[in-house]
Amino acid sequence: MGEHATAHADHGGGGFHVTRKDYVTGFLLAGALTAIPFWLVMTHAVTNPTVLGFVVMILAAVQVVVHMIYFLHMNSKSEQGWTLLALLFTGLLLGIVLSGSMWVMHHLQTNMMPVSAEQMRQAP
Amino acid sequence: MPTTAELIKFIFGRLTIDALPLDEPIIMGTFVMVALGGLTVAGLITRFKLWGYLWKEWFTSIDHKKIGVMYIVLGVVMLLRGFADALMMRAQQAMSFGSSHGYLPPSHYDQVFSAHGVIMIFFVAMPLVVGLMNLVVPLQIGARDVSFPFLNNFSFWMTVGGAVIVMMSLFIGNFARTGWLAYPPLSGIGASPDVGVDYYIWGLQVAGIGTLLSGVNLVITIIKMRAPGMTLMRMPIFTWTALCTNILIVASFPVLTVVLALLSLDRYVGAHFFTNTLGGDPMMYVNLIWIWGHPEVYILILPAFGVFSEVVSTFSGKRLFGYTSMVYATVAITVLAYVVWLHHFFTMGAGADVNAFFGITTMIISIPTGAKIFNWLFTMYRGRVRFELPMLWTLGFMVTFVIGGMTGVLLAVPSADFVLHNSLFLIAHFHNVIIGGVVFGMFAGINYWFPKAFGFKLEPFWGKVSFWCWLVGFYLAFMPLYVLGLMGVTRRLSHFDDMSLRPWFLIAALGAGVILVGILAFLAQIAVSIMKREELRDLTGDPWNGRTLEWSTSSPPPAYNFAFTPVVHQQDAWWDMKTHGYQRPVAGFIPIHMPRNTGAGLVLAGFATACGIGMVWHMWWLAALGLFVVIGGAIVHSFNEDRDFHIPASDVIAVEGERTEALRNVA
Amino acid sequence: MSKAHSSAVHTPSDRLTFHLAEEHHPESSTLLGFWIYLMSDCLLFAGLFATYGVLGRAYAGGPTGAELFDLPTVALNTAFLLCSSITYGMAMIAVQEERKQQTLMWLGITGLFGLGFIGLELKEFTHLILEGNGPQRSAFLSSFFTLVGTHGLHVTCGIIWLVTLMTQVSRRGLNAVTKRRLMCLSLFWHFLDVIWIGVFSFVYLIGAM
Repeated sequence: MGEHATAHADHGGGGFHVTRKDYVTGFLLAGALTAIPFWLVMTHAVTNPTVLGFVVMILAAVQVVVHMIYFLHMNSKSEQGWTLLALLFTGLLLGIVLSGSMWVMHHLQTNMMPVSAEQMRQAP
Repeated sequence: MPTTAELIKFIFGRLTIDALPLDEPIIMGTFVMVALGGLTVAGLITRFKLWGYLWKEWFTSIDHKKIGVMYIVLGVVMLLRGFADALMMRAQQAMSFGSSHGYLPPSHYDQVFSAHGVIMIFFVAMPLVVGLMNLVVPLQIGARDVSFPFLNNFSFWMTVGGAVIVMMSLFIGNFARTGWLAYPPLSGIGASPDVGVDYYIWGLQVAGIGTLLSGVNLVITIIKMRAPGMTLMRMPIFTWTALCTNILIVASFPVLTVVLALLSLDRYVGAHFFTNTLGGDPMMYVNLIWIWGHPEVYILILPAFGVFSEVVSTFSGKRLFGYTSMVYATVAITVLAYVVWLHHFFTMGAGADVNAFFGITTMIISIPTGAKIFNWLFTMYRGRVRFELPMLWTLGFMVTFVIGGMTGVLLAVPSADFVLHNSLFLIAHFHNVIIGGVVFGMFAGINYWFPKAFGFKLEPFWGKVSFWCWLVGFYLAFMPLYVLGLMGVTRRLSHFDDMSLRPWFLIAALGAGVILVGILAFLAQIAVSIMKREELRDLTGDPWNGRTLEWSTSSPPPAYNFAFTPVVHQQDAWWDMKTHGYQRPVAGFIPIHMPRNTGAGLVLAGFATACGIGMVWHMWWLAALGLFVVIGGAIVHSFNEDRDFHIPASDVIAVEGERTEALRNVA
Repeated sequence: MSKAHSSAVHTPSDRLTFHLAEEHHPESSTLLGFWIYLMSDCLLFAGLFATYGVLGRAYAGGPTGAELFDLPTVALNTAFLLCSSITYGMAMIAVQEERKQQTLMWLGITGLFGLGFIGLELKEFTHLILEGNGPQRSAFLSSFFTLVGTHGLHVTCGIIWLVTLMTQVSRRGLNAVTKRRLMCLSLFWHFLDVIWIGVFSFVYLIGAM
């Protein structure tokens, strides 16, 4: 139905309105949020790798939000909120899959990896 | 100039005459039987000149009802194959004691149990569930079809393509000997260098694409195509469970695609994801495949829960007790389904804190499920219960599933799982929930909606024989496995030395035999019903005094489902219409806009299947050709704008006039 | 949904209406359907990122990310993709203003940026493979090639789709169908850019530290 129903039902919530201003704002923000982490890593401006990794991931998360708002036109109203709901649910699952796998496999590796002779000697 | 040998190698890849099981009498016998059966069917179709009818009215149909029926037919046909595997296993285990080694060599036995699992889950349970949702959901929400009817047809044929690839392995080459989830390193190229695992991978990849697209399709259908007035909290429960199931499909099948793709990269290009060397980690495969695998369990069971909700409420003549709690329970299960996957491999060695977390989440998931059981019981309480066939299956389910659920909670305790994992206790548990839940649910659904799809009820006598044989056969076949599991017998063994185990295996084999009678009785039920269809005919379209919108239209419904789109004011919309003395409109019909049938889905899926077969046998030209045609065909199809037409008002008037006439005759 | 038809639900008289006299036109499903597909694609990448997260340090005695990654190239690649995002945005604005030639021009530029991206990525891959650091070298490289390669494959599909749509727009102009398809591709293209943020941060930048 959808394929043809659209032909005369385009007035529905199907589309989105875009403005030049949105794209330019998004582009500038995204450019900055890309340039900063590259600069930080390439110039070794931050020496502590944990802090640096953390900063890079935070900036990436912010940039994802920028792209979502300015390029993918995400808001709570489009399609009666279904797009946003789907996105949040996906985000939740993404978190579960990523952090869950890494948590589980990290524990496996600490518990089950073969122990070297060196480690054996140092064991209490 | 390439030599002949090189040319043959190019054309046939690694397929040689040795791949045909000419020296294996069991397989050749099966092949002859299947070939004769196939030729008979093909001959009959030709004799009665049905090819044109089948092609025009079914294979190229984008009508959700016909696609739903075709899915269910696929599921039933594959059930015969999957069950034949089950009988072979039961027979082997009953025979193979002490000095006797049964009739199946281990390499064949291993293929049998792998094929049994793969076929039962992917090509029996999934087609039955998807078929029922396809058939019923658009009718329940008052829609003319699904959102993307062409895609629906394509999805169906992709599922068939996957089934064809798996079935091919029976006669050309062999199937995986790895169990239904093909864990590496056993499924890696070192331990399984032949085509078995490749058949497994490509069969599932092709079918998986179909399932994923069908999932997207149904999610959107439910979100977008509901009749005016049908808010989310007025949707029938089956539609709710279908929505949640399809969300699970969309959100879990990509992970299956990934993990199988990674395994193929290990096998085809020598990557090191799941190898034991160069940093690979086989347990990562287990982790990923269960991230898909656990939601898959709920993909199967949720629609069954939906069927039971509809059946209990209809045959108790009451509104469903606790509709809201039922909805929240379904949604809770949907989310929780993603945080329990590790309970499938507690023994991996992730340690106490990880195991404790997943053990607790697993126990939590039994709470919403338990709430559902109480809702069904309270719906029956003080209802006028009619013990028709769908209700019998539902009652059988309620008793059986509770037992399966309790052994599940037992297995959720990590320390208990360390004793019971990989044992026949586990086998008994999941058959208890899948047969007692999914299979019984699908039979309840088939008995319940068959009159809607075909216009006559299913015959009750053979239906009852089928039900009792399944129920009794189930207990005979699987209760012994609980006992054996507690005694420490592990799964997938083809030989035993301890004679004291034998009585239990004999009882289990007897149970499988009783289930066989149940399956045959089901086929007899269909055949007898078709022969007696005039007696069993239902002209009202509402044979059970139903409550939801599918019962408001004729049986079978016209291509457009509803001459006028219904308007909904509360739950149980059709019941509401009946209590308000709704009069069916007999005039004012308008032309109806419908999509056109197309063979494109079948052709594209055929080439995708060819691509899979090419990959299995290293016929690279075939794989490339298949892929090229699929992509090219999709592009060409996007240029076709002649996709829909109007059913003229005169046709609608004719169809609806017949129904008016029929209804007058009934009254 | 119910709001749009509230007039049908509450009829002026006391009697309830149980059907619509006119044909019911549900809203278009395509964009939301495509969005749901993208969400499933997102979970496909979740599986690949998780694999990289678990195996990304399994060097098996081979080279590490810090030794292999050439950040200036990655930065250039990122710039290509980001620029293609804004040029696609300009194409969408041209669509909105019903300017066919401009739409085609911006789509063309977007495609060129995409090709540039793919070209650079292929160059990086061939370089790595020729040095003996292909996906067979270690679990780290297997997961690196697969994650980055899958993204590249998506971009390639996007380019094929872009060319198809350019053909359709130039033949049939900007009608409801081509506009809707351009919107779907817009979602796809920007979505790939979002995935790339994850790739350059999680794989390249953190790997290069």
